[in-house]
Formats: sequence, C-alpha cells, structure tokens
Amino acid sequence: MTATTTAPVQEPEKHAAAKQSWWRDDSTEQMRRNLGLVGVLAVLIVIGIITKPELYSDGTWVRNNIFTILELASVIGVVTVGMTFVIIGGGIDLSVGAIIALAGVWSTTLATQDFGPGGMIFCALAVGIGVGVVNGILIAYGRLVAFIATLAMMVAARGLAAQISGKQTQVSTSSFINGLAANDFLGVPVLVYILAAVVAAGWVLLNRTTFGRRTVAVGGNVEAARLAGINVKRHTLLLYALSGLCCGIAAVMLTSQANSAQAAMANLYELDAIAAAIIGGTLLSGGRGTIIGSLLGVLVFSTITNLFAINNLSTEVQNMVKGGIIVAAVLIQQVQFKSLSQFFSKNKITTS
Amino acid sequence: MTEAQAPEPQATEAQEGQVVLRLTDVVKTFPGVRALDGVQLEVRAGEVHCLLGQNGAGKSTLIKVLAGVHRPDEGQIEWLGQDFAPANPQAAMKAGIATIYQELDLVEDLSVAENAFLGHEPKVFGFVRRGYMARHTREILGKLGHAEIPPSRLVRSLPAAGKQVVSMARALSHDARLIIMDEPSAVLAHDEVANLFRIIRGLTAQGIAVIYISHRLEEIREIGDRVTVLKDGRTTAANLPARSTPTRDLVSRMTGRTIEYVFPEPAPAVSGAEELLRVEGLTRSGEFADVSLSVHSGEIVGIAGLVGSGRSELLETIFGARRAEAGTVRMAGKVLRPGSVSAAVRAGLGMAPEERKSQALLLGEPIYRNVTLSTFGDYARVGFTNAGRELAEANRIADQLDLRPRDVRRAVRTLSGGNQQKVVVGRWLLGDTRLLLLDEPTRGVDVGARAELYQVIRDLAAQGVGVLLVSSEVPEVLGMADRVLVMREGRMVHEAPAGQIDEDTVLDLVMAGSLQVEEVTI
Ligand SMILES: Nc1ncnc2c1ncn2[C@@H]1O[C@H](COP(=O)(O)OP(=O)(O)OP(=O)(O)O)[C@@H](O)[C@H]1O
Ligand SMILES: [Mg+2]
Repeated sequence: MTATTTAPVQEPEKHAAAKQSWWRDDSTEQMRRNLGLVGVLAVLIVIGIITKPELYSDGTWVRNNIFTILELASVIGVVTVGMTFVIIGGGIDLSVGAIIALAGVWSTTLATQDFGPGGMIFCALAVGIGVGVVNGILIAYGRLVAFIATLAMMVAARGLAAQISGKQTQVSTSSFINGLAANDFLGVPVLVYILAAVVAAGWVLLNRTTFGRRTVAVGGNVEAARLAGINVKRHTLLLYALSGLCCGIAAVMLTSQANSAQAAMANLYELDAIAAAIIGGTLLSGGRGTIIGSLLGVLVFSTITNLFAINNLSTEVQNMVKGGIIVAAVLIQQVQFKSLSQFFSKNKITTS
Repeated sequence: MTEAQAPEPQATEAQEGQVVLRLTDVVKTFPGVRALDGVQLEVRAGEVHCLLGQNGAGKSTLIKVLAGVHRPDEGQIEWLGQDFAPANPQAAMKAGIATIYQELDLVEDLSVAENAFLGHEPKVFGFVRRGYMARHTREILGKLGHAEIPPSRLVRSLPAAGKQVVSMARALSHDARLIIMDEPSAVLAHDEVANLFRIIRGLTAQGIAVIYISHRLEEIREIGDRVTVLKDGRTTAANLPARSTPTRDLVSRMTGRTIEYVFPEPAPAVSGAEELLRVEGLTRSGEFADVSLSVHSGEIVGIAGLVGSGRSELLETIFGARRAEAGTVRMAGKVLRPGSVSAAVRAGLGMAPEERKSQALLLGEPIYRNVTLSTFGDYARVGFTNAGRELAEANRIADQLDLRPRDVRRAVRTLSGGNQQKVVVGRWLLGDTRLLLLDEPTRGVDVGARAELYQVIRDLAAQGVGVLLVSSEVPEVLGMADRVLVMREGRMVHEAPAGQIDEDTVLDLVMAGSLQVEEVTI
C-alpha cells in the first residue's frame, strides 16, 4: 500500500483557481450560453446573405434592415426585461400582453388624450404598475400560485380593455407619441433608444443593486432568503410591479408603432417574452438568468421573423421554426442538470 | 510518508472477512480542485470501515465515485474481485452498493414508501405494486426501530431525523453487500445514534460491509473496526485499528498538526449585563408549550434536548420564521412583531438554521454572496451593492473559519458539506448581530475547524453578543454554554449554570419519557 503519489500538484491547482476567478464575474456557463446565442445570430445572418445576396450587397439596405430588426425587437425586448426579473425571482407573468392592451387602450381614450402626450404616457405607466401591483398582492399576500393569478389577470385585463374601448380601435392623435416610432435621432430610431435604455437599466438593476441581489436570492431559495431577513413578500410584489411598468412602457411604444390601440393588441406577447428569456438562459424555476441573455433571445426571434419576411415566407412556417427553437433551448437546459437529485431540488423550490 | 504505512489490522477484531472492495490510486479532479489525489482503500466483508478526514479531504467525493455519481479520472476499483466502473448510481446499486448521502436526496413531495423505493419500484405489468411497497417499507422501518412512521406520509412533513431514517430505509430496500453512510449521525441525537449502531451491527453480522463517515471520534471508536484517513485527497493512513489507535495519532494524520480537542476557556461572567432576549410563555401547539427563557448580553445559553423536542421550532419561532400562537419575544425590552423575520433581523437577531441546503444556501451563487446574504444591504450605497466590501468581509470570515478552498468566488455548490456549514454560520458573524440563534452550528464540521468556530463564538460573546445555542451533542452544550436549558417534549424541564450540571444528568433529563415523545413528533 503505497500512499506516496506525486507531490507537486499544489502549484497548478492554485493556478487554475486563480485563472478561473479571473473571468468568472458572470459565471462561465452563462457566458458560453450567450456566445452560443451570438453564434445562432451569426448563422441566421449568413442564411440571410445566402438566400438574398442581392439585398445584402446594398450597404444602406443592410443598415436599414438592422434597424428594422432592432425595432421589431424593441417592444418585446422591453417586456422581456421585466419578465426576466419575474422569472429569476421564482415567478411567472402570463398577463403581460393583456397589461399592454389595457394600458394602451386606457391611455388612448378620448378623455386621456385630452391631457396630451404627457398624460397619456403617465396613464400607460400607471395602469401597468397598477395591474402589476394587483398581481403582486394576489401572489405575495394572497398566496395564489403565480401561474393562476396572472392567468386570471390575462383574461380579466383583456376583458376590461375590450370594455373600455368598446371593441373599437382607438386612434392616437398625439403627434409626439406617434413620432416615437416614426422618428430617428442621429440616424437611429427612437424606439431603439428606449430599448437600449430599458436593457441598460435592467442590467444595472439586476447586477449592481440590492434589488437584483434580492431577486436572485428569492428565486434561488425562498426559505434561505426569508431566513436571511429579506422581506420576500414585499420583494415579490415589487417584481410584478416592475413587470407591469415594463408593460406600460411597451404599451406606449406599441401604440406609437400602430398610431392606435385596441383590446387585441400585443396578443401572445407573454409567450414570446417567456420564450426569449428561457432561450437566453433564465432558469424557469428561478434563481438564475441574465438580461444580456434575454436580449439575445429576443434578437434571435426578431432576426428569424425578419429572415422570413425578406424571403416572403408565411407566418405559419415561421411559427413552426419558432416552436422548434424553443424546444431545442429547453432541451439544452435539461442537459445541464447533472443528476436527478439536483433536478428535483430545483423543482422543490418552485413548488413550495 | 513512511509513517503512513499502517500496521496491518491487528487480529483483535474477530471478523477477518474477505476483501470485497479495493481502491488503488484513485484520482478525481474538478475544475481547479484535485478532490481525490491517489486514494487507497480496502474494505472487508462484515466490517465497519471508517473514513476520517478534514472538511474537504475528499470523503464524499470518494463515496460518490463508488456510488457511480462521479467517474474517477485514474486508478482502479475492484469490487468482489472484479474491475468495477459503475456508469451511474443505478449500476452501482445493482452491483450491491447502497449509499446514504451526506446531503439528503429525498423527494419532498413523495411519500415515505415512494422515496424508499425510488428508482426500483416493485412493478407488475408496469404498474407499481403500492400495497407490496407499503408493506415492505413498514417492515424496513420496523427493523430501523421507527415503526411509527407511516409509509404513506409525505417526506416534506418529517423532521430532519425522520428524513435520515427514510434515506436509511432506502439503502436497506436494496439487497446491498456494501452500505456507505456519509455522516449519518450528523442530524441524529444521542439515542438515535445508539439505534443506528444497533442497525449497523445487525448488518455486519450478516456479512454486509459498511463504510462509515463521521467527524465524531467517539463514534468511530464505538462502531468502527478499521479506519482509513484521508488528507487533501490522499490516503495518509490505511486500515488502522479503530479502537486502539490513539486520538492524537488520528488527529495529526487528518490535519497534519495536533489539536487539543477542547473548548476555549469561558470569559469571566460580566455581572449586571443587560438582558437582551426575554421570551415569555411562547407556545405553538404540537411543537412546544409555555417556554420562557432569557439571554443576557455576552452570555451563551445552551439548549439540550432530543431531536423532536421542539428546539429547532423554538428557535425559528423566536426568530419570527414561525408565528407564535401565544407568548411574547422581547429584544432589549421591545416586543418583536410575531412571524416577521425582517423585524427580528432589524432588532439585531440572527439565526443559523438547522438545514443548510434547504434553509440557508443559494447553491449556485458564489460563496461570498452567500456569506453576505443578510448584510449586503448594509454595505450598499443608495441601493448599489458594494462588491469590494462584500469580498473583503467574506474573505475575513473565510480566514477565520478556515474555509477550503479559500476562493470565495466559487459556487457554494462545489464546497464540501462541512465547508458549506461554515458559510451558514459565517453569515451571522458579519454585521451588527446582537443575539445569535445557532441551531446545530457544528453539524458536519471537522475537529480542527470546530475548535476555531468555538473560539469565534466565544470571542463574539466576549464582545457582548448573546448566543442561544442548540446542539444534539451534550458535551458541546456543556462546554460552550454559561447556562444550560434542558428541553423535553416541547417544554423546558430544567435550567442550571453550566458548572452545576454534568453530561449524565442532562442525558437522564433529556431521555426521560423519550419514547412517547417520538411517537408524537416523528
Ligand atoms: N462538484 C464539485 N465541483 C467542484 N469542486 C468540488 C465538487 N464537489 C466537491 N468539490 C471539492 O472537492 C473537495 C473534496 O470535497 P468532499 O465533499 O469530498 O469533502 P469531504 O471530505 O466530504 O468534506 P466534509 O467533511 O466537509 O463533508 C473539496 O475541496 C470540494 O470543494
Ligand atoms: Mg462530505
């Protein structure tokens, strides 16, 4: 029985640990995942170049097409930022599309439009936050399951939107609001600035503030967060309010794109937002996710949509491909679970 | 390393069973860590083979290699005379190796029986034979001395010790030739450990080999036949006789130094210290009733009692994690809002809970963020976290508690069990906690780190922090506390200054009527 093995393993060991901590700020795994999404984007663009070489040889068209993709991504991107927070915090918000519709309709009633663009924006944000707070109260203090509470809200808010609008399309007469989508600033569409601002704010909020830290803690292990002195209920409420706020912003953006609002607007946005967040590496059971990942998820989707549009393909095909991508992303995530026990312990957290 | 050449097992032990398991030069690396670095191990049929080693020495990694959870990078494993490389845990179980893991791996929302037979449910035509499963589970539980646990009960509703019994039942539900137990006694109280040993003796009498891991040397002396010591992933001594090897030898082979296994000297009592905590008539039906106690500034108060006597529930209620049905908790004279942890934390309370994995840790997050989980808000400036300060504070705690590996940016998940425990306790050593509630703070912590942890607690008390300590280990309560409270069946039955009570008295008080207690609580 010889217990003597090579002795000088101590050195490389320390080395490796130091190296690892070097670029470990955002967890290497997440970084790999994001690089993967960038790769997917690159592939999509290459497909675009191959299928439509005549378009891609035109420099101004390429520039404009990039902005088209970004504008396409802007509204859903804003919603996805809020959704990412909710999911990291261990919840889910199925009512985002309905909140957008309600906020859009409410802010374009004749009475609200009398107050001018400021009043309309205020109204949209207030309605978004208000509905989010109701969601939060039901979930945090009423102890409803998030899925059920926001599902109910999804139905109710759309109903209310239809009631308010009388099922009519309400035209926005505010040139300021309508101009948001129509105008550029320094050659870049205004909506893209809004998306950039929301993403930047979301990133800072998640990674640099106590709010973000609490979100990760609450979603990662509710009991641990609670016993560490974090006010879990209040935080949960704030998360849904934040999601509502993002929906309010999105409602203004969507209204400006269509120059109008109606109860059926933002249909199925909840699915797009959830799918984008999940593809971006947000764990559906909470505790892990990044804003950058979610943004990349949104961009992948809007690039696909764009790709189909320039090739004049139907939305049916488009939806099928989208579905395939969602499945692929979830499959990749499940491979990450090393063992069954880990899988179960993750699930336990969400169900409790 | 010539002195590591262990004397071959002296023939004092009666059984000279066949070698069933032999490991040669097994190596396992994780990113940045060489967890196993040439391990030798030899286990005979019918023996209790103990594994000793500091936190992070590689014990759990070793048994996970045997159980098919990890694949070794190098080295040979020989099981029953043949090369053995289990592809997954099922394969290891089929081959006759059953494992009770350090971190309980039960599915909380399944029943006791379903957990016991998870992965190998008895079936006819694809349908689970529920009746058979329940009967068989009841039989095993009976053998384990816990016939009172109904097989249909949800595991979620069991206390920690009950869960431990269920994982034991799972191990026994296989026809195993080797049963591996990774710190099974960490959650068990005195009488439960005796029960565990009775079961182990029954197993070895049938020729089943047992690998037993524990940080409590007394247990190894009592139940073990031979000992293998690991240090930094290497075997530093193999096959020492468990009973006759001097403690000094064992400790120095584990740690590479000698540690006096004693408690630090208590600080001289400060007379007229301010009363910090006053609990009056606290009650939660089914858990504890009419509990009153007080803790003064700079005082360490220990609570002794069996698992299930309501100690953990009492601490959680004081902390506001459970809502009291009657009674008040006063901190420095002010009544705390019942059922509000945030209020308790604001008033200066801190609690290291009993179950580190489910109650305390964010496993995927870095160590430093876990250490500062309750204080990051204090270091923040207008809502912006201060990563530099957090890292500095976490590093200080890591030094104090001898955390290994020392890199506080690693995910907590990659730490060994004992090191995770240090993170849980370390969290409350930060910040301006004035009263610490410690529930089994040294669970799974090795001999050396334990002494350091005791010293840290003493130092805190010397600075005026009050401590309320719950522990299943009576010597720990007696060694650390200034005042000892004994709890039984949810009631305080005795109170005495630590100098005026001895271990036997405490055990007598604790055990009286314990059989009835268990029937109610488990
Ligand atoms: N999944 C993992 N990834 C990276 N490192 C790991 C992983 N699991 C264990 N380690 C490291 O391997 C080493 C051995 O850990 P192990 O859990 O085997 O220790 P142990 O002897 O069981 O300690 P304890 O007494 O605290 O339970 C430790 O340094 C630990 O940090
Ligand atoms: Mg271990």
